[in-house]
Amino acid sequence: MSVMSEQAQDVVLSVRDLTKKIGKKTLVEDLSFDVYQGEVFGFLGPNGAGKTTTIRMLVGLIRPTGGTISIGGYDVRSSFREAMREIGSIVENPELYSFMTGWENLKQFSRMLGDVPEERIHELVRLVNLEKRIHDRVKTYSLGMKQRLGIAQALLGKPRLLILDEPTNGLDPAGIREMREFIRNLVEQENISVFISSHLLSEVQMLCDRVAIIQHGKMITVSTIEELVNSAIDKVEWTVRPADKARRFLESQEDIREVRQEEEDKLICRMPPDRISFIVSKLVEQDIEVDGVRPVVVTLEDLFMELTGGEGIA
Amino acid sequence: MREFLRLVWNEAEKIYRKKRLAIVILILLVLIPMFVYAQYKEVQTLVERLGTSDWRVALQQQIIDTQNRLNSSRIPEDWRNWLKIRMEQQQYYLEHDINPNAPGAPTFVREFMERGINLFIPLLVMIVAIDIVSGERSEGTIKLLLTRPVRRWKILLSKYVTMLLYISLLILLVGIISYLIAGVVFGYSGWNMPVLTGFVVENGSLNTEFVHLVPQWKYILMAFGLGWFVSVVVGTISFMVSVLIRSTPAAMGIMLASLIAGGILSEFATAWEQAKYIYSVNLDLTDYLSGQMPPLEGLTMSFSLINLAAWALASFVVAFMVFTRQDMLN
Repeated sequence: MSVMSEQAQDVVLSVRDLTKKIGKKTLVEDLSFDVYQGEVFGFLGPNGAGKTTTIRMLVGLIRPTGGTISIGGYDVRSSFREAMREIGSIVENPELYSFMTGWENLKQFSRMLGDVPEERIHELVRLVNLEKRIHDRVKTYSLGMKQRLGIAQALLGKPRLLILDEPTNGLDPAGIREMREFIRNLVEQENISVFISSHLLSEVQMLCDRVAIIQHGKMITVSTIEELVNSAIDKVEWTVRPADKARRFLESQEDIREVRQEEEDKLICRMPPDRISFIVSKLVEQDIEVDGVRPVVVTLEDLFMELTGGEGIA
Repeated sequence: MREFLRLVWNEAEKIYRKKRLAIVILILLVLIPMFVYAQYKEVQTLVERLGTSDWRVALQQQIIDTQNRLNSSRIPEDWRNWLKIRMEQQQYYLEHDINPNAPGAPTFVREFMERGINLFIPLLVMIVAIDIVSGERSEGTIKLLLTRPVRRWKILLSKYVTMLLYISLLILLVGIISYLIAGVVFGYSGWNMPVLTGFVVENGSLNTEFVHLVPQWKYILMAFGLGWFVSVVVGTISFMVSVLIRSTPAAMGIMLASLIAGGILSEFATAWEQAKYIYSVNLDLTDYLSGQMPPLEGLTMSFSLINLAAWALASFVVAFMVFTRQDMLN
């Protein structure tokens, strides 16, 4: 899926210059991005980067200090009801009424939507695989079950956009995989868009078409996973002697960046891979022994760490 | 409108599922028999002491007791005034051959409301009202509630209306349960017994000019009406506190402290007249019916009613202003 073809698609969520200040503290600053119909959009950043604040603004829990949010073309502030009809959300933990059964919870929320037929509730209970426990109190549910009930709740009104805040938090690896498959199926079957936040790129990279990475409340990058992957493979490791002479040469080249010495005779830099043979010949010309050249495969997680300065470790 | 009714239904279901009404009923079922027994014991002891079950003798004895106390010079002036009023009232009852404490379930119901109106009934109201908003916030369910296609003020109003419904039900239950339980001991009759009301306190003396008799059922109706009013006021203040304070125990503490402060202030702040503006000093509305001397200068039925109404209105406005603008940060 290329970005260009997506541009033509409907924009489900459009955020412009979104800012939130509390007192003198700026929690979120000038965020702008779009989420298209039918895509999974990852919203990434280390803990405390402002993800939850942003999501709370998207769903109308917090009033932005500046900027606009429009969902399905409706402004969240001025057309709150219409905008909320377009979304289903789980903000942070799936907190439901623990003293009621799963079924009673779904009934509560369907009454708030006004016109959800009983069959739709049955359909969702089946979809999230809770048929057997739906008439038990939520108190007795496991976290995974609460998460699934939360999703059922979010889908009641057939929203165009599903907003999930750290949906894999607290789940075990099997639960995470299950959640991932579930979301993927959802996107395929219901043509829904999903906005998913996480502090771990690895958990959502297989799921997302595009990701936004934020840190300290500011946008670092919005790109497709492909672009991210491409930017991650331009690292090259050189085994050269003498290393300091080679280093000076590499640093003098315009298209080579971030040269650093890893070991005594190992250098790492970022450069276009198609320039390697040219550089090798130049180094040899200068009597530098080139014992090895190797493109370094960087995992997206490493890249993410790099972009956010290593704060992603949770 | 249908949307609003559905919201009220939702709120009612939540309170019901939280078993709040069940707790209230349980409290009533445990405490009322105790009060009934205490009342029964009191009557017994009086009969034993006087050697007769004639209420006239008992009332006469009370008047003599009061007179003796009045003759003692160490009584403070305020207290002396109150005792005088009390005595005049008792004399009035005696002269008109009315037994103010004739046993019977309706009398118990009446006295129960008169005594419970300033603390016991407000406490029951708090059980229902105190976590109506703060509970959603501490549980995190507020996030689900406020991300629906429903405006915030409508959600809050549905909560308020539900609270009013539960308060009305609660007052009704207090009447029914106390009547049923008291009747077992005192008998179920006495609805038509005449009761005196219409006392007017003027400059520290009791004006009996407007005193008249009403059948007890009418008096009970008035007392319960006032009880309902007090409950709505206390409920509305609790409602505001519930919006302002996220933590339910803290909200509970604030409400309890303010309620009890009213009781304490009426006890010994007779010199500080401005205390009359504190809502919890005004809760004893039934005292105006029965002609008790108010604890503070300047307290009258109309002052208390207006004062309480102002408190309720202000709380209502603050609750809505805050709730509709508030950032739900966590």
